[in-house]
Amino acid sequence: MTSYIARRLLMMIPTLLGVAILTFFMLRVVPGDVVQVKLMADGGMVSPAAIEAERVRLGLDQSLTVQFLDWMRGIFTLDFGNSMWTGRPVAAEIASRFLVTFQAALMATIIAVFIAVPLGTVSALYRGSALDYIVRVITIGGLALPSFWIGMLVLLCLLRYAHWLPPISYVSPTEDPWGNFTQMIWPSLVVGYRFSAVLARLIRSSLLDVLNEDYIRTARAKGVPARTVIWLHALKNALLPAVTVVGLEFAFLIGGLVVTEQVFNLNGVGKLFIQAVEHHDFTMIQGLVMMFAVIYVLANLIVDLIYAAIDPRIRYR
Amino acid sequence: MTDTANLQPRRLSRPTFGALGRFAYQQPVGAVSFVVIVVMLLAGIFAPWVSPYDALAVDYGALLSPPSLDHLAGTDAFGRDVFSRIIHGARTAMIIGLSSAFLGCTGGAILGAASAFFGGRVDSAIQRFVDILLAFPLVVLALVVVAILGRNPVFGIDISLIFAIAIPIVPQVSRVIRAAALTVQAMPYIDAARTAGYSNSRIILRHMAPNLVTPYLIMLTAYIAQAILLEATLSFLGLGVAEPTPAWGLMLSGNAQDFFLTAPWLVIFPGIAISLAVIAFNLFGDALRDYLDPRLKQ
Amino acid sequence: MNGPAPELLRVEDLSVEFGGRLRAVDGVGFTLKAGETLAVVGESGSGKSVTALSLMRLLPERIARYASGRVAFDGKDLLDLSPAEMEKLRGQDIAMIFQEPMTSLNPILTIGFQIMEPLRIHLGLSGAQARARAVELLELVGISDAERRLDQYPHQFSGGMRQRVMIAIGLACDPKLIIADEPTTALDVTIQAQILELMKDLSRRLDIALILITHNLGIVARYADRVAVMYAARIVESGTAEAVFSRPRHPYTMGLLRSVPRLDRARQTRLATIEGLPPDLANAPLGCRFAPRCPFAIDACAEPPHLSETDTGGLSACHRWEEIAAGTIREVPAEPAPARLLAAGGPKEIMRLEKLTKTFEISRGIGRKPGAVRAVQEVSLSVGEGETLGLVGESGCGKSTLGRLILGLEEPTSGTIAFEGKDITAAPPAERRRLRRDIQVIFQDPFSSLNPRMTVGSIVEEPLKVYGLRKGAKARGERVRELLDQVGLRADMAERYPHQLSGGQRQRVGIARALAMEPRFIVCDEAVSALDVSIQGQIINLLERLQAELGLTFLFIAHDLAVVRHISTRVAVMYLGRVMEIADRDAIYAEPLHPYTKVLLDAAPVPDPEVEKMRAPRIVNGDLPSPLSPPSGCVFHTRCPIATEECRQTIPEPREIRPGHFAACIKVEAQP
Repeated sequence: MTSYIARRLLMMIPTLLGVAILTFFMLRVVPGDVVQVKLMADGGMVSPAAIEAERVRLGLDQSLTVQFLDWMRGIFTLDFGNSMWTGRPVAAEIASRFLVTFQAALMATIIAVFIAVPLGTVSALYRGSALDYIVRVITIGGLALPSFWIGMLVLLCLLRYAHWLPPISYVSPTEDPWGNFTQMIWPSLVVGYRFSAVLARLIRSSLLDVLNEDYIRTARAKGVPARTVIWLHALKNALLPAVTVVGLEFAFLIGGLVVTEQVFNLNGVGKLFIQAVEHHDFTMIQGLVMMFAVIYVLANLIVDLIYAAIDPRIRYR
Repeated sequence: MTDTANLQPRRLSRPTFGALGRFAYQQPVGAVSFVVIVVMLLAGIFAPWVSPYDALAVDYGALLSPPSLDHLAGTDAFGRDVFSRIIHGARTAMIIGLSSAFLGCTGGAILGAASAFFGGRVDSAIQRFVDILLAFPLVVLALVVVAILGRNPVFGIDISLIFAIAIPIVPQVSRVIRAAALTVQAMPYIDAARTAGYSNSRIILRHMAPNLVTPYLIMLTAYIAQAILLEATLSFLGLGVAEPTPAWGLMLSGNAQDFFLTAPWLVIFPGIAISLAVIAFNLFGDALRDYLDPRLKQ
Repeated sequence: MNGPAPELLRVEDLSVEFGGRLRAVDGVGFTLKAGETLAVVGESGSGKSVTALSLMRLLPERIARYASGRVAFDGKDLLDLSPAEMEKLRGQDIAMIFQEPMTSLNPILTIGFQIMEPLRIHLGLSGAQARARAVELLELVGISDAERRLDQYPHQFSGGMRQRVMIAIGLACDPKLIIADEPTTALDVTIQAQILELMKDLSRRLDIALILITHNLGIVARYADRVAVMYAARIVESGTAEAVFSRPRHPYTMGLLRSVPRLDRARQTRLATIEGLPPDLANAPLGCRFAPRCPFAIDACAEPPHLSETDTGGLSACHRWEEIAAGTIREVPAEPAPARLLAAGGPKEIMRLEKLTKTFEISRGIGRKPGAVRAVQEVSLSVGEGETLGLVGESGCGKSTLGRLILGLEEPTSGTIAFEGKDITAAPPAERRRLRRDIQVIFQDPFSSLNPRMTVGSIVEEPLKVYGLRKGAKARGERVRELLDQVGLRADMAERYPHQLSGGQRQRVGIARALAMEPRFIVCDEAVSALDVSIQGQIINLLERLQAELGLTFLFIAHDLAVVRHISTRVAVMYLGRVMEIADRDAIYAEPLHPYTKVLLDAAPVPDPEVEKMRAPRIVNGDLPSPLSPPSGCVFHTRCPIATEECRQTIPEPREIRPGHFAACIKVEAQP
């Protein structure tokens, strides 16, 4: 078991290395000179002198090897350089906004799990009934309706009927729990709706698959009461794949909240990312991409560890 | 020798009207979705002829007017007819959605199939690369590509946007097709082809590829829906299609946000259009999957 | 036992419908006494499994409907019970054992939990009491170290062990009846024997009635007291095993018994076959369903049949049973066995394997040593032109891998394969491509050995195109028709897709494809294993006919010893990658020399109750070792009844004990 954990940790390294290399080269793949592109987009001066000055400032005049080593060293010291737009350190900018996104993602995940597990289960158990049909319609909605549109509609209703405006800046839960809650609940619900749709569909199909398995038939043949068959034998097996999805989707939300943050005016990393793209702020983009990847890899690891803890096929090889 | 097995012919390889009819009978929801898709496609192709007004025509006399007989979906802050813009938006959505999904799915399929076929180190290397790309949600990758490529309109169509949407799709599709290809490769009829001494190209083209068509088509329909959604999202963020080209996502940003208290139809109709397109493709894909891959539970 | 045993189960006129149209069980009835073993025999689609599930009411409620019938068990009609009452009965009074041990246990619950579950639910035992009983049960079914193994999970048990666990679960609450649905079909022959002996022993000792569902007539002969034969959802004949086997009173039973190859008799005739296919149950006729295939059918057979009592004390659904009993109608005698054309001085050698070895490297992840699967170890064989070499063995013996090595689908780790004197393992690629035509294959699974996207015609035509054997579409089309005719398919089949054909028909297409290349040598890799008994005979006869017509040489890989005896000239027995014994067919079956061969032959039952009564099979213990870590020295020594210390240290080479008869065992004395 400990060797399993050790091996999983070791396997993380090449992936993270790969991401680091990829993001490094991403910056250098830009057609045309990075600096020129940025300065032109800014509408700033594009005299050769200005370009050269900017290049020096960003360290782009060094050789490729030196730049790469700098980048790798920077990763270990958590120094991702400075934003090409604001000039402030990338790491600091990200850190100040990370909590917002994290909270939204967490709340959305909790909401999704609380909605999806009962809905998916009921839908599978009463397959073909009116209840199943209703659940499926709801889930299709979650998948197909653009979440930013739902967000806008929700805001519309809030504005019109509750006269509620989203606050300008983030209210931390420690300062003002209620204020924080009213601010964060709406975007979390909107995103959670979409998440729960994906999850409910997965749980439904997983449970249907499990109910067709031979061991369920064995349980029934033993005279195990129907309720126990479902709760003890079927659900546990059916929810295993859901664990993976919840973990990975949570990681995806960190990046995927870009649009929702825009709609609800949340100052999270998503909004930061959009601004970076708008302003061709490549160092910021680099740093953010690195962060998304690290979070994903960590989520993967945690999911694997949870699996190792609950699935005996992995625990005892 | 008496013949005729008890097996019902599931489906013929060549599509015929018989097959379409059977599809409609077995999958009514899918058939309806198909009709919706065709309607949207036609609307997109014949947009200039079908829409009541010119999508770009400004009419300062009718700013922000609510839906009426004149303007079925109202007008926006420039007096442009929303309904016409939605029809033209269908053209944008279809062009970008279909081409990026097609590009992404085909690229992904080729990558996945090649990875499975060559196996060994080539497979491992490609899979490592795909692993890394799979670490990011579609939106993030798309934004990164947008940041790198910028805007490159060609004949009014933004090529880099198509790539921005296609590229994130490639790793996802390659994973699925690779799994399907590995399954096909393990089949005895591939062994039989190898034993018969057929060349690799014959095995790939004649024996493997036709059996990958079904998962490919199912992926394609699913990702057309995703592509349309992604295009709408990017346009909404102002990083996709640019003004004044009508695009559904674009119609939801900008002055839609400013005015949506007073003119909610600006928000409602484009959203409905996006949702309708995505639902239709999703349901059609589901129906196609059920039809092509029936799990007969007796 | 004083007095006749009381009646335990009475099934009357049971009919089950699916989707309102398809009757999978039609008017089935039988009785069972306490402690008795009843075998329900039939081929696939006969309805035997559905019957078993319907007795326990385990069919999906929404789709299956009980159209009629009574199931009287212990005084109660099971079909009248409420779901709650039925739940109480299941696992307590009636237990069921299923076919697939690998998937019948919940993978995330311990074995102990799953055994204790019925004890807690039905008998209300406390945790400690249940655990004690569970240990008892595991020991009863022959699992040692029971206390520790209770806390293990299913994936830590082998297939045979898991089936023992299933039996333990079944026995937990002292049931009166156990229904076993093909309990050993998924297991190897020697393990099969262990499990069936166990079940028989327990049934006797604990006085438990047993319903055994199977398609294997040998198992029926060895273990059943009474038999019910099912065809197309109906029972066509029933009676005591002895009576049904020696004096069958229904043409289907007669046909079945004649088409099963015999393990214990020297082969004298071709296999009798039952022509045609079973009917489509969705459109089944009301009259006798076997009539279209029956050699004795008359007009009266269109009437719905009823079971009448026969002179043997059993029941038969045939209108003409009396004539059968009297002997006035009888089967056409089977054709005599084909004469083997062998050149004087023995056949010319066409293929020789010399110390062929194949080891697969399995990587176990980063930081772990790779494992090595020793699939084939130093196998030396020779095959004569025009003969059929049968290759038998259980799982992991390497027979399939050997086939794949010969076909070129795998590269040998060491050793050589010589075809017509030339070493093909060392040949350059162009040469090997040419050789491909000469060595062809017929695979086991008719469902997946044909490309589902190609028509039958194009599948058979492809080799003609690739090798340029016929020029022009017209010439190819003619050749395709010729080939289809040669394998017994109508020309219009060429337009069909594989999924529109039956299993036997698909296998014929596979044969036609192989023949299209005009090969000299064909590897039949379990070519008939996936087919029903009545279809198997058709294909075996076809293969023999083609062999005589075209001068083919066969390597016939199979696990069914009787089929191998029937079709082979010589037989090689493999175990864990090594050859144990090679001899002429009759020599190896009548006088096996190697202990493993003896054990293998003992384990396989013969479809003849009289013969079976006189056999005292030695059942070998233990599981099959894994090819990942085969035992040292002689690979069989861990399970061999006569093994000694020496056997653990030396790897025995095959020695010629008698002329033409080789055995790889140091304990067997050479005989002049």
